[in-house]
Amino acid sequence: MNISLLFFALGVALMVWCLLISQLQTKPWLEKGLIEENGAVSLPASRVGLWVFLAVVTSLFGLFAVVYNMRAEFSDWRPLPEPGLLWFNTGMLILGSIVLQRARKDSEKNNLSSLKWSLATGSLLTIVFLFGQLLAWKNLAGLGYFFSTNPADAFFYVLTGLHGIHLVGGLCFLVLACIKAWGNIDRYNIKEKAQLNLRIQLCSVYWHYLLLIWLVLFSLLLST
Amino acid sequence: MAFVALADRDDDAHSHDPDTFITKYIWSQDHKVIAIQYAITAISVGLVALVLSLLFRLQLGFPDSFSLVDPTEYYQYVTMHGMIMVVYLLTALFLGGFGNYLIPLMCGSRDMVFPYLNMLSFWVYLLSVIVLMASFFVPGGPTGAGWTLYPPQAISEGTPGVDGGILLMILSLAIFIVAFTMGGLNYVTTVLQARARGMTLMRMPLAIWGIFVATILGLLAFPALLVAAIMMMLDHVVGTSFFMPEMLSMGTANEYGGGSPILFQHLFWFFGHPEVYIVALPAFGIVSDVLSVHARKNIFGYRMMVWAIVAIGALSFVVWAHHMYVSGMNPYFGFFFATTTLIIAVPTALKVYNWILTLWRGDLHLTVPMLFAIGFIFTFIHGGLTGLFLGNVTVDLPLSDTYFVIGHFHMVMGVSPVLVVFAAIYHWFPKITGRMFHSGLGKAHFWLTLLGTYSIYLPMHYLGILGLPRRYFAYGDTDFIPESAHAMNAGITIAALLVAAAQCLFFINVIWSLTKGKKAEANPWRAASLEWQTPDTPPKHGNWGAELPQVYRWPYDYSVPGASEDFIPQNVPDAYASTKDDK
Repeated sequence: MNISLLFFALGVALMVWCLLISQLQTKPWLEKGLIEENGAVSLPASRVGLWVFLAVVTSLFGLFAVVYNMRAEFSDWRPLPEPGLLWFNTGMLILGSIVLQRARKDSEKNNLSSLKWSLATGSLLTIVFLFGQLLAWKNLAGLGYFFSTNPADAFFYVLTGLHGIHLVGGLCFLVLACIKAWGNIDRYNIKEKAQLNLRIQLCSVYWHYLLLIWLVLFSLLLST
Repeated sequence: MAFVALADRDDDAHSHDPDTFITKYIWSQDHKVIAIQYAITAISVGLVALVLSLLFRLQLGFPDSFSLVDPTEYYQYVTMHGMIMVVYLLTALFLGGFGNYLIPLMCGSRDMVFPYLNMLSFWVYLLSVIVLMASFFVPGGPTGAGWTLYPPQAISEGTPGVDGGILLMILSLAIFIVAFTMGGLNYVTTVLQARARGMTLMRMPLAIWGIFVATILGLLAFPALLVAAIMMMLDHVVGTSFFMPEMLSMGTANEYGGGSPILFQHLFWFFGHPEVYIVALPAFGIVSDVLSVHARKNIFGYRMMVWAIVAIGALSFVVWAHHMYVSGMNPYFGFFFATTTLIIAVPTALKVYNWILTLWRGDLHLTVPMLFAIGFIFTFIHGGLTGLFLGNVTVDLPLSDTYFVIGHFHMVMGVSPVLVVFAAIYHWFPKITGRMFHSGLGKAHFWLTLLGTYSIYLPMHYLGILGLPRRYFAYGDTDFIPESAHAMNAGITIAALLVAAAQCLFFINVIWSLTKGKKAEANPWRAASLEWQTPDTPPKHGNWGAELPQVYRWPYDYSVPGASEDFIPQNVPDAYASTKDDK
């Protein structure tokens, strides 16, 4: 618990540091005239918005991880056998992340035909991952590990479910981008292309982050 | 890539131009309309909570004369009063209401960066309020578990509202968190990305600093409540044992086993303590601005004030267990949390000194908003000092769960923020509505509210030291409670009724002023910050007309030597400000 708290505090401190430290030194009552800013503010707003959202997601999963560890110390904790299928699913998610990174490069280099296929493959891999997770649930339930059998089981369902929901939310945006790319990207003007490019960038960041969260969750589930 | 202010980019900000009644006032994406929607909803639901408090106060003050509530309803009303006031009124009003209204105007942008998300945020918030209110009408009524919703009691047979009420409460909180997250993303991103040219972070008014840091706290702390809500919901509905221990309930063993109620308390207060500052920081910021404007003096120690806001925000995450000294946790925890709690008093006291030093030798204009702001300093000092008592483990143990605690937190996070809410409403009323309010009614409202709330909560400290426990329906004949305590309880109830009645003055004032009030000038308080420099009053959609403002100075240039007036607005370059010197 203490380690997670430490990480949490470090994260917050780092954020505050990056944002403020250079600015907090100034003496605004002495400075007159127009001050031009640069640096952090040059990012598109939606990108900053995504990172703020990822901070919220981190807080949510971080707290779940803390609670998981605290609850696992109780004597009634009976760990469940993680299905081997989860390894396959993890592979799918890693591949999905790689493919989306490729899509991002394709989009930046204006490599349209490759972009279409990367987006489609990325969506497909994610859907395979989600179905794999559902299958894992079914397997576990078949073996008699239900929600209310043991807190370890309940945590398994809650954590994988919550992660899945976040991925489904991202998938909506990815599929939208995919449909746009397959539709009439060849006729897009520069502004529309820039919008699609930004959307793909955001998707890839989100996918990498959810992959990271999944890896942490998976190791957490394996560790008990 | 060079910095391009939001409104200078390809015109996304104008894509939601309102043209029909519905897009203008109902499905509006304009931050000002959304702010008013938030404020009206929050104040309405707050009135419900106020009426609930009167009902149970009548029971407490005159246990034998009234039979308005039975013990079940008493617990339900106490619970709903607390939850509504803290979350659905104060959080929503400060961030959804004032945050929405002030951030774009004070930062010099046309709107929030994600207007559609902003609109969605309000409607989801409204949904959460409706779900909460629905719990009054389900069989068994709303939950009576106390606003902290501690398990196992909250979801055990025999607690009021265990059938539907607690589920609706949890559901409503979860929906509220979704709404808050959507709004919060907007507030943080707008402050970071959409400020006008020249508006550096250290040129932002303290109101924006308070709202900004409070929003970050909310974004990081509300997930703890969500985690707790999800797990408690599962305990109740599916029968998991996250929090629920094995125990005898009404004579029979329940089907749970091994859960930890303390775990819930940790989660709840990991949210709950930052929540105090989610309410307090915007209040700190707003009160700083109001004091500075009406004292015609720059805020004392601006940079220190910003540091204090950030420090309080960071520290608020490491004090939560001071709410749990009597929960049976490891005593070393208590030692640690008592220390951090006392440390957080340092930046807080610093802010109080700075407010007082801002007033010192200022040119005080005792307008209605100024009165409320000064009133806040008094109530906040009283509430803060009793916090030092409760922050110490050994002093807290005997005072825990007594009226001392009630007096403390109502003073520090009930009365104080509400006084700031009124200060803010009176202060920005001319800008929001384009009309002046009635000053005499406002002053009557202030004095009745300030003196009334003091006569409610000061006696409660005494009752607490006598040992009067909180959350009791009636005290009956108990040896350690003297007759005078009962008389005092009756007095508190009368004061509460008077304060509630005094709020009518406020609503009469608002309604009267909206129709008959004097037309307001663009800048009636002669304030320097950006929201008073809009071309229209009230500001139109897009806020700034054809051109965005540029910012040349900080927002506290009052009584500047050599300047032609006693204030220089933020968007005035030096050349125009010091005409007196040139002559």
